[in-house]
Formats: sequence, structure tokens, C-alpha cells
Amino acid sequence: MYQDGNALAGPLTEIFAVDMTSAESVCAGCGRAGAVASLRVYWHAGDAVVRCPGCEQVVFRLVRLENRLCLEVTGLRRLTFS
Amino acid sequence: MKWRVATVVESRAETATARTLVLDVPDWPGHLGGQHVDLRLTADDGYSVQRSYSLASPDRVEIAVQRVDDGEVSPYLTDVFAVGDAIELRGPVGGWFVWRPAATEPVLLVAGGSGIVPLMAMIRARRAAGSKVPFRLIYSVRTPEEIFYADELRRPDPGVDVSYVFSRKAPEGARRPVKRIGLADVTTHGWPPDFQPSCFVCGPTGFVETVADLLVAVGHDPSRVKTERFG
Repeated sequence: MYQDGNALAGPLTEIFAVDMTSAESVCAGCGRAGAVASLRVYWHAGDAVVRCPGCEQVVFRLVRLENRLCLEVTGLRRLTFS
Repeated sequence: MKWRVATVVESRAETATARTLVLDVPDWPGHLGGQHVDLRLTADDGYSVQRSYSLASPDRVEIAVQRVDDGEVSPYLTDVFAVGDAIELRGPVGGWFVWRPAATEPVLLVAGGSGIVPLMAMIRARRAAGSKVPFRLIYSVRTPEEIFYADELRRPDPGVDVSYVFSRKAPEGARRPVKRIGLADVTTHGWPPDFQPSCFVCGPTGFVETVADLLVAVGHDPSRVKTERFG
């Protein structure tokens, strides 16, 4: 099962100064727009794979490596903050 | 955001398998109903685990923990963790699944099991703010014994309507057949879409999917249906 983007609110404060889960993201695959909070989060040993609820494509991944935190954004077209 | 040390100041049983914990966090900045905190436990060998918990109250750092028998964290928090103990905490976090006291539209809250926690924070925030915005809560639980905040919800504030969906066992005299939440529950106890309510749905993933689909199917604007799922 998956959780949703709300669960990333804490981890994403390690990178961003503003709340990222309220930002609107646009999927690079299908163009669906919606809050980061509404994306699907699959956890794999502490790493988060975040998928689009519209097309299931990976939007971004949050990966922890030793003392580094890596955000891979291959499936993200745009982020809008309001 | 930094991790801080929180200390348990109150611990009480919410149901036979769930506990409410109130934490003291120095310099807490305050929060909105619906926001959550992350808790981190670290073992002596450095292994650490994190979990997110919704805040249950608008003015203090209160969470509720549902015991999951084979869980890595919850049995510790419900059975071992006691007043005076400390834990690492980060928060408040999350700015999307929140109710702001200045909001004027009617509110529909739909809770599945322990998904009641952030919705209870919104009901309490409404009370704390003296808001007159009408709220409706549909609370789905398996059995009457599993109701969180039972006393408080038995005497809801004026303008807050509470209805229950029992999925395994109902109290005596209940008219609704025992079954999972369905279309009739949402149309009977929710708001008509014309009222343009804000809808907040929280619970297990399958429950949230079902309810969100029902709300959109009866005509609620998807952008007004906010969801929070746990695994």
C-alpha cells in the first residue's frame, strides 16, 4: 500500500524552507496538476518513491545516502507555490 | 527543520488499543488543525525509525497512537513510553490538509478509524476560535468500543453534527445495517455539493480512496476534497 504526499512534509523540510506539500506539482508524464500532498508515496527502506495518481509514473524520489539526502525530480514538470 | 526533545506530560487510554499522549515541547510555535509531527526513535546502536502522527488538539502537542501488534514503533509508544520520558520530535509540518479558523465554507469531515485524529483537531480548533461554520463528521469505526474521543463526541458543539458508520458491530438499537461506508452514508450525512463544502477525508488508504471517489461521483469539486491516507 501507499501513503500520500502529506507524509513527506517532515522529510522535505530538510531541503526546503517552505511547506512543499502545499505546492502544486505538474506531472511530466500526463500533465496532471495537484498538490504534492496528493501524490502517492511508496516507501522502500526509508527512501520515498513518489508517483502520480493519474498515470502512476514516478514524479520524484527522495533518497537517503549516508549523510546525504538526494531529491531526484525526473518526472516533475513544474512546481507552483502560492 | 530541527529535531527537538519532547517530554511526555500526560498519557491516557483512548480505547483498549490506542493511547493519547500529550507532549511538552519547549518554544512550540503553535499549529493548525490537521498538521502533524514526526517522531524519531533511535536505538543504542544508532538504528533509528521515524513515524508521522497527526496532532489532535489546536493548542497543545497531543497525539493518539493506535497499537499495531507487529509494529516497530506503536507498541513501544502505547505500552512502554510513559510520563517523564523523552523522544525526538519535528514539527509542526504539513500545510495542505489543514483547516484555517478564518474559513467560512461548511466543512465535511470523514474519518476511518484512527483517521479521526486530525479531524478532531479541526473540531477543537473550531471551538477554540469560536467559529460558527457548520461542521459535519461521518466517523467510520469497526465497533463502538473503537471510538476515539467518545465522551467529547457524544456532546458535540452546537453546529457540529456527528454520525457513525459501524462496519463490524453496531450498538444496540442502531438502524443502519452493519457494513462499510457507502454512497447513502455520504449523501445522507454529508453536505449537498451545491453548498461547496470543504471535505477532509482521513483514514486507511482503501477507505480514503472509496470515500474520495464517492464524493467526487456525487458532484463535489475534486479540488475541495482533501485526503490524508496512512498505509
